[in-house]
Amino acid sequence: MAFSLVAFAGAAQFAAVGFVARGLGWPAIALFTLLLNARHVLYSAAMAPWFRGRSFVERAVAAHLLTDEAFALTIAHFRRIGRFDGFGYWWAAIVTTLIPWNVATFAGVMLGGAVVDPKALGIDVIFPAAMGGLAVTLLTGRRELVAAIAGGVIGVAASVAWDPTIGVIAGGIAGPLAGLLVPEAAARETAPLGTEASAERFGMPGVVHDHPTDDRGRPS
Amino acid sequence: MSTDLVPLAVVMWAVTYPSRAIGLLNPAIDRLPRRALAYLQLVGPAVLASLATVNTVVQTRNGQSLVVVGLPWLAVGACIALVAWRRNLFLGLLVAVIIAIAGRGAGWE
Repeated sequence: MAFSLVAFAGAAQFAAVGFVARGLGWPAIALFTLLLNARHVLYSAAMAPWFRGRSFVERAVAAHLLTDEAFALTIAHFRRIGRFDGFGYWWAAIVTTLIPWNVATFAGVMLGGAVVDPKALGIDVIFPAAMGGLAVTLLTGRRELVAAIAGGVIGVAASVAWDPTIGVIAGGIAGPLAGLLVPEAAARETAPLGTEASAERFGMPGVVHDHPTDDRGRPS
Repeated sequence: MSTDLVPLAVVMWAVTYPSRAIGLLNPAIDRLPRRALAYLQLVGPAVLASLATVNTVVQTRNGQSLVVVGLPWLAVGACIALVAWRRNLFLGLLVAVIIAIAGRGAGWE
């Protein structure tokens, strides 16, 4: 329960429980947690432009709640509406993630022994299916599509070559670089950067509007 | 309920929080060039696809990571296809779980 309330880091919690059971030292567990959660640097950087102008305290609290699920739900929501939505963030981070995670953790503590084989209930496919499904909701252009495919391929390759933890981070770093290789002319074909039509792709507050558009947000 | 691992939970928070806060609390993010902002907007699809693919395809056995073809491919693939088609994540997750339960009930791993 303390892991879920204080650390609030799903994958690292699973790993830590296994390490504790095997008698691994706390410094090693801390190091592994640091590596496993390094992907949050990417989430934090990607969320930062949306939080521009928000108070330090709000951003500091938001950081504590920035999980895979909160990031995925929120970034999809912000991009869909084309602006920051504080209620949307807290809803995704607290109501749909923090509370269910801790309730489920408590239920697991109390009833976990009754579940003989979680795989038989299909529980193991929920996380990757949710992440894949949420990735699909972010595919609004060719750059996103290329970034996602490259992220997946590079992630698997690096996982096999080194370790799944490194694989996820490698995919998250290199995927966007591959996406940026899509020529801007092709990427802006349906939603030029800085226009109203780009709200789903680049709809971040503060992005410079430097492409002429007509009154419907289309390139002119 | 034991409280022995509460200090470890605090240590895990202490090494996790900085990675979550470094972007949100860093004012330099506001001054990034347009190309860097474009990069950050592609992080979401890339890292989520990477998480999904690695957790579906890669398994670690005896300390070695392997690409394993199995039921999760079908379950996760069905979820992704349904979300792309119907834009409904709940429906996709439901079908993925049903495929996993049915497949394992039939003895497929």
